[in-house]
Amino acid sequence: MPDLKLLADVPTADEREAIDVVVGGEAAGDGRVTRSDRTRRHLLLPALRAAQRRVGWVTPGALGYASRRLEIPPAEAYGVATFYALIALEERPADVLHVCTDLCCALAGATVPDGAQPSPCLGLCERAPASLRTVAGPEPREEQIPATGPPLPQTSGLKLLRRIAEGVDPESQPEFVALARARELGPDAVIAAVKASPLLGRGGAAFPTGRKWEAVASQPATPHYLVCNADESEPGTFKDRVIMEQDPFALVESMAIAMYATGCEKGFIYIRAEYPLAQKRIQHAIDASGFDIELRIGAGAYVCGEETALFQSIEGFRGEPRNKPPFPVEVGLFGKPTVVNNVETLVNVPHILLGDDARDTRLFCLSGNVGRPGLYEVELGTPLRDLLELAEAEPAKAVLLGGAAGSFLRPDQLDLELSFDAAREAGVTLGSGVVIVFGENADLVSAVLRIAEFFRDESCGQCVPCRVGTVRQEEALHRLASGRTNGNELAVLADLEQVMRDASICGLGQTAASAVTSAMKNLGVLA
Amino acid sequence: MIELTVDGQAVQVEEGSTILDACRRVEIDTPTLCYGDTLTPVNVCRVCVVELEGARTLVPSCSRKAEDGMVVRTDSERVRTSRRLVLELLGSSVNLSTAPEALAYIEQYDAEPDRFGADSLTVAQAVKVDNDLYVRDYSKCILCYKCVEACGVDHQNTFAIAVAGRGFGAHISTELDVPLPESACVYCGNCIAVCPTGALMATSEFELREAGTWKEEEQEEVDTVCPYCGVGCNLTMHVQEGQIVKVTSPDDHDVTLGNLCIKGRFGYRYVQNK
Ligand SMILES: Cc1cc2nc3c(=O)[nH]c(=O)nc-3n(C[C@H](O)[C@H](O)[C@H](O)COP(=O)(O)O)c2cc1C
Ligand code: SF4
Ligand code: SF4
Ligand code: SF4
Ligand code: FES
Ligand code: FES
Repeated sequence: MPDLKLLADVPTADEREAIDVVVGGEAAGDGRVTRSDRTRRHLLLPALRAAQRRVGWVTPGALGYASRRLEIPPAEAYGVATFYALIALEERPADVLHVCTDLCCALAGATVPDGAQPSPCLGLCERAPASLRTVAGPEPREEQIPATGPPLPQTSGLKLLRRIAEGVDPESQPEFVALARARELGPDAVIAAVKASPLLGRGGAAFPTGRKWEAVASQPATPHYLVCNADESEPGTFKDRVIMEQDPFALVESMAIAMYATGCEKGFIYIRAEYPLAQKRIQHAIDASGFDIELRIGAGAYVCGEETALFQSIEGFRGEPRNKPPFPVEVGLFGKPTVVNNVETLVNVPHILLGDDARDTRLFCLSGNVGRPGLYEVELGTPLRDLLELAEAEPAKAVLLGGAAGSFLRPDQLDLELSFDAAREAGVTLGSGVVIVFGENADLVSAVLRIAEFFRDESCGQCVPCRVGTVRQEEALHRLASGRTNGNELAVLADLEQVMRDASICGLGQTAASAVTSAMKNLGVLA
Repeated sequence: MIELTVDGQAVQVEEGSTILDACRRVEIDTPTLCYGDTLTPVNVCRVCVVELEGARTLVPSCSRKAEDGMVVRTDSERVRTSRRLVLELLGSSVNLSTAPEALAYIEQYDAEPDRFGADSLTVAQAVKVDNDLYVRDYSKCILCYKCVEACGVDHQNTFAIAVAGRGFGAHISTELDVPLPESACVYCGNCIAVCPTGALMATSEFELREAGTWKEEEQEEVDTVCPYCGVGCNLTMHVQEGQIVKVTSPDDHDVTLGNLCIKGRFGYRYVQNK
């Protein structure tokens, strides 16, 4: 590391104190960076968050202090800070209201009052319209609005949600029977059991979990890490939040099992910044259980749910996805073999080990024009129509399946079986279990434009197809919507769909045209 | 050795080579913009993509390691379409007027950057002239990350600049966008040397271009050794009408890899100040 040229601005005492809580106190004296300060770049985002939660924004003084204490060139620290939507580098009030303007909240008539910030989906879609209030100060806090949603809509037939339906206390530690069972079995047998189960990843890519675990367990490089992906930012998704808020011990126990089976020294859970209650409950469960798990909190970036972007974010870099291969099982967090799993994926594991319920169920997030929005659990293979009936969906003119990265279905396609195979055959994806119902009066053009805006906003900007492609896609759709066409929009959109899918680095760009294209082809919207 | 097939030809390359190395071995012309022989591949421009049998998407040839038995196509319609689109997207958003490679690829791939319409968003902005030695015109920046790499771990270890912002707003910046003289910049100009678009340009060249008197065809290149210190960097003096208008170093030079310091790159004025 070179001698750093630092920012001249100095932090206030409050900022210094807030950052010191994260990075450790500075040795009295000459203010030089001590040796132990090296290699601590991973504390950058926590330090920036701490400074902002104290005074409302990241001042030049705070940015300079964080970069000095962590020996990060200020230009790079600035690059990281400006990556995240929820980090403010310009002065703003301590109390900020972030109002969701995404798909479900728009259906519920969301409007952004003066002085409030518009926000992508806050993961509170079952209580749309929703917002998040962030209050900086000596006792910073974040509030989800509305604070509570409807109770779980189902009471029976549940597996992953059973304990929640039974009213489990999220703050009292249960006996970890599945972990005890894992320890009886030994790591190899745990992996064998997961491999023998039909469990596929629930974060979107549907990769077989057992194979991932086996690959990491067999890596000679050490240490191994477990990362639980709780970034959950796909519009319309709130399943992981419900689990973390209401049954956090199930998740930490599942993480402990995964770590045990795959020889992980340490676990991380990365929860999006917009989930304050989940963060609190998970931190409490970690503290109570004593597992070596560290909670990391995002700062407003959908792309950080992409597994390698998530590693970059934890490591203190911009959340730019890495090129694969190498895959995380070989080169993951801090360059080490890493198991990354979604929350829902992990909480399946105790049931596999205990053999208490052999059904392969899946969580679905129902929102939009439905009578009983919320989180549902049904067996894989259930027809979509049954799920819609359970949720008392209004007659739909379209259903968005799989989220912004998913696809729109027509009313005559709603008999689709909700299984990975049937979805693949139909050329759609279950994604993260999103089912948004658009009733007769819904404005599909607005929905399509909102999706295009979402991808343009959330692109990390690294690769050309996505950085510029998402802008051109949005421009072309706006031209079509407003009737100011050049006459070539359809050809342009088709080309963009191809280049983004084929040549983008990560899944964000690769799917940035999926829902838009399906709306045009399937529903004739703007076509 | 590794053996793979590229466009139907068997190619042998050493372990650790990339698909791009294999393409070059058999003289298959492959466009690259963010790739530099002396830099760690960042694989962000995606103009070098190729079709790899068994892969769901195209892969960047500049960074994808060659493996035994790979079957690669570089001449398919699918490859051409993506390359053309990447060039159209860049050409529609960035001023490529001083980016000869990019312009040549646009021609070669029949790319039409104008097809998105006149009101397309661009990165147009004012030129940053905040020091005597070089200017930064980010309306010409394709965000290839080369300057950041050259300033950082790959060459200079100064870390004066980084990528900031996100999405289309991503851009190269000093901390808080302070002017260069307030940043960590040491004016080695190694970022200028790697910039493929002329976004970074020595003031001498910038001023001549502004005045319309930059005559690249008439310039002579004179090689010499830098007189300032014992390292012995090779210098190439670009001379126009008897005046040195730019100094570079050959990037295949084993001492410099194209890099110089402020003295070698900018300290030539004394030669002319008679
Ligand atoms: C743009 C993008 C966002 C993603 N967001 C999430 C997310 O919020 N949560 C998640 O579990 N997986 C997300 N993924 C998928 C992850 O990359 C990864 O596949 C997943 O965490 C693996 O866990 P699983 O095998 O248990 O599904 C995202 C992928 C992309 C491309
Ligand atoms: S596809 Fe988009 S989000 Fe993914 S790396 Fe490229 S620019 Fe970033
Ligand atoms: S001139 Fe040298 S130090 Fe300054 S930004 Fe360019 S590479 Fe970095
Ligand atoms: S300034 Fe030049 S080298 Fe730097 S990113 Fe832009 S185009 Fe690349
Ligand atoms: S919380 Fe508004 S769409 Fe999800
Ligand atoms: S040259 Fe390969 S991605 Fe840019």
